[in-house]
Amino acid sequence: MIKKEMIAMLLAGGQGSRLGVLTSKVAKPAVAFGGKYRIIDFPLSNCINSGVDTVGVLTQYQPLRLNTHIGIGIPWDLDRNIGGVTVLPPYEKSSNSEWYTGTANAIYQNIDYMESFNPEYVLILSGDHIYKMDYEVMLDFHKANNAEVTIAVMPVPMEEASRFGIMIADENHKINEFEEKPANPRSNLASMGIYIFNWKTLKEALIAMADQPALDFGKHIIPYCHERQLPLYAYEFHGYWKDVGTLNSYWEANMELIDIVPEFNLYEEYWKIYTKSEILPPQYLSKDSVVERSIIGEGSNIYGQVYNSVIGCGVTIGEGTVVRDSIIMNNSVIKKNCELNKAIIAEQTVIGDNVKLGEGEEAENDTAPHIYNHGIVTVGEKSVVPDGITVGKNSVIFGVTTADDYENSSLASGKTLIKAGE
Amino acid sequence: MRAIGIILAGGNNHRMKELTQKRASSAMPVAGSYRSIDFALSSMSNSHIQKVAVLTQYNSRSLNEHLSSSKWWDFGRKQGGLYVLTPAVTADNSNWYRGTADAIYQNIHFLKNSHEPYVIIASGDGVYKMDFGKLLEYHINKKADITVVCRDMEEDINVERFGTIKMNEECRIEEFEEKPLMAKTNTVSCGIYVIRRRQLIEMLEKCAEEDRYDFVRDILIRYKDIKKIYGYKIHDYWRNIASVDDYFSTNMDFLKPEVRDYFFNQYPDVYSKVDDLPPAKYNMGAQVKNSLISSGCIVNGVVEDSVVFKKSYIGNNCYIKNSIILNDVYIGDNTHIENCIVESHDTIRANSCYKGEDEIKIVIERDNRYVV
Repeated sequence: MIKKEMIAMLLAGGQGSRLGVLTSKVAKPAVAFGGKYRIIDFPLSNCINSGVDTVGVLTQYQPLRLNTHIGIGIPWDLDRNIGGVTVLPPYEKSSNSEWYTGTANAIYQNIDYMESFNPEYVLILSGDHIYKMDYEVMLDFHKANNAEVTIAVMPVPMEEASRFGIMIADENHKINEFEEKPANPRSNLASMGIYIFNWKTLKEALIAMADQPALDFGKHIIPYCHERQLPLYAYEFHGYWKDVGTLNSYWEANMELIDIVPEFNLYEEYWKIYTKSEILPPQYLSKDSVVERSIIGEGSNIYGQVYNSVIGCGVTIGEGTVVRDSIIMNNSVIKKNCELNKAIIAEQTVIGDNVKLGEGEEAENDTAPHIYNHGIVTVGEKSVVPDGITVGKNSVIFGVTTADDYENSSLASGKTLIKAGE
Repeated sequence: MRAIGIILAGGNNHRMKELTQKRASSAMPVAGSYRSIDFALSSMSNSHIQKVAVLTQYNSRSLNEHLSSSKWWDFGRKQGGLYVLTPAVTADNSNWYRGTADAIYQNIHFLKNSHEPYVIIASGDGVYKMDFGKLLEYHINKKADITVVCRDMEEDINVERFGTIKMNEECRIEEFEEKPLMAKTNTVSCGIYVIRRRQLIEMLEKCAEEDRYDFVRDILIRYKDIKKIYGYKIHDYWRNIASVDDYFSTNMDFLKPEVRDYFFNQYPDVYSKVDDLPPAKYNMGAQVKNSLISSGCIVNGVVEDSVVFKKSYIGNNCYIKNSIILNDVYIGDNTHIENCIVESHDTIRANSCYKGEDEIKIVIERDNRYVV
């Protein structure tokens, strides 16, 4: 009989709407990060590096890119005879067909998948954080404490604690109480959305709570276990962990990779991050190019100047173009004599000659100021910006635009130009 | 595809000097991210040849490591796939491969157990792209016994270290000289052949009976008047890595936009083993001009007109000019390197200076590396 000690369930179905146009066509876990990676590469690489070789990936929102990226799991060595990676979309049932309505509901709908591996423990992960973590150490902690549920937590600054689910634990790390986004937090241990459950306990809780609408781990399953006075433990994590949920935090996390010795170091041999690489050739820097404080992916051609930026694979930066403080994703082309300041350019975008992005004074975004802020210019994937356009700050462009879409060849700060349909 | 492939990757070459001390010339790193055998393997894969044998012998560790999985070239198949054939002691043979023909003869079961009517034989040290489907079509149309791929070399290339070919107007080969003292033509054999499988088995068995071991001398040259041997001329980029100078200039060719475009952008792609290295990183003080930089590199100094392979570290205030830095090299601060090939896994101390004066200098330094 197949038996796996611990299997992982990776929640990758969310849209991540605060990443704006970056997630209009792809799920957040499939968004590019750090030049050549996608966000989901981090939890998947953590799994294989921790010895977890069975991973169910729950997808729902815009799964195409995610599916093609994961494939049969070859890049992560997750192509296994038994186990490996399995993509789990919602499916039709003889009664009660529904989408995944909440994090725990998605797991509930896949009880059969988990049961088939006969696991002792189930690790619940989310596909939208950047971190390196050895889940085996967390499992050892879980076992040593005879816990039923272990929640990974991380100390956060007290003033930010009200944005998180907060755990109040005693000196033995046993959780006494918890609060979801408390106004006056009594602890600074924030839940990272990483849980280890004893499989029997999880199954029992999921079945008992099955009828709860939008069944959620933080809101329903953890309280259910707590009410039954099961031993809940908090596993404190002190490494680098970044929620890249907003455009600004996404931009910041990318920029942190450029530091001379980055806090999150991709160059460590013993904890490699794996990804599907389609482009192999080296990058070419021409005789007129200038590249400083930047990271650049395979197969890119740099003819212009790049400062303080993260450039993906297969990108072309034309002659005379100056790129500063920007993120440019795979296979985008920036033509000649452009100026980019604090721009995020999604994949396969073409920026014409003499385009200026991030010019002038900041102004609040007219459609979604909570998404487009901090002066970042965002251009969605497969967009085209024609020659000679000047674009202000906090603005957003998505779709194939032509000169007719711009007044006086410019888009003022805070303006939104979205031509592609949803 | 109606052919199987054989890649001859067992050879050593004294003209490669110290570079083949630890690897076969087929395993030489090329163009930042590849090894020379990738070009033959990718061409075979892209031509839908399903079954390919690689014959290795000399210093095969590095090559075997590179071929550890056949999936990179899409040969991880149930039907056919990639066969790495090394010399083996058997009940009736205890010899190494004594020549190219002998290498194939010792693996004649591979030929006998296949059902495809043709065999394409290629050497593992060529840098090129080729559609073997077109080559086979030509071979069949010409009703040839053997077809030899050949190319007119540029004026400035010394052809005396190749096999030179003279053909008549129908492309039948009239003269074939191996490494002539004085070349009569500038048409050289690229070391790529097509032959009918049964014909090859017959010829190899005959050779073995007569203790003849070399494919060029004992088959091509010996049979050229009694068998129909045709030349198939190619015009695209082709180089083979047979000397330090070839190796250096082939790598430097990739700094030319047309060569890069041909290999990197035009379909079909060249495949290689994926190393899962992070993007290259440029710190304060990095200044890179007209150079290829591969993934996993960290650059702090000046690099000009050079090819830097994977995972190399270039320290502060270094000056690298017109050089090739192979995989996983650590170059300490304030180092000057000019006209050099720096061997892989080297550790170069800070404040060193290496300069090739009249010729390319090969740098092999095994200093202790202190990993941060």
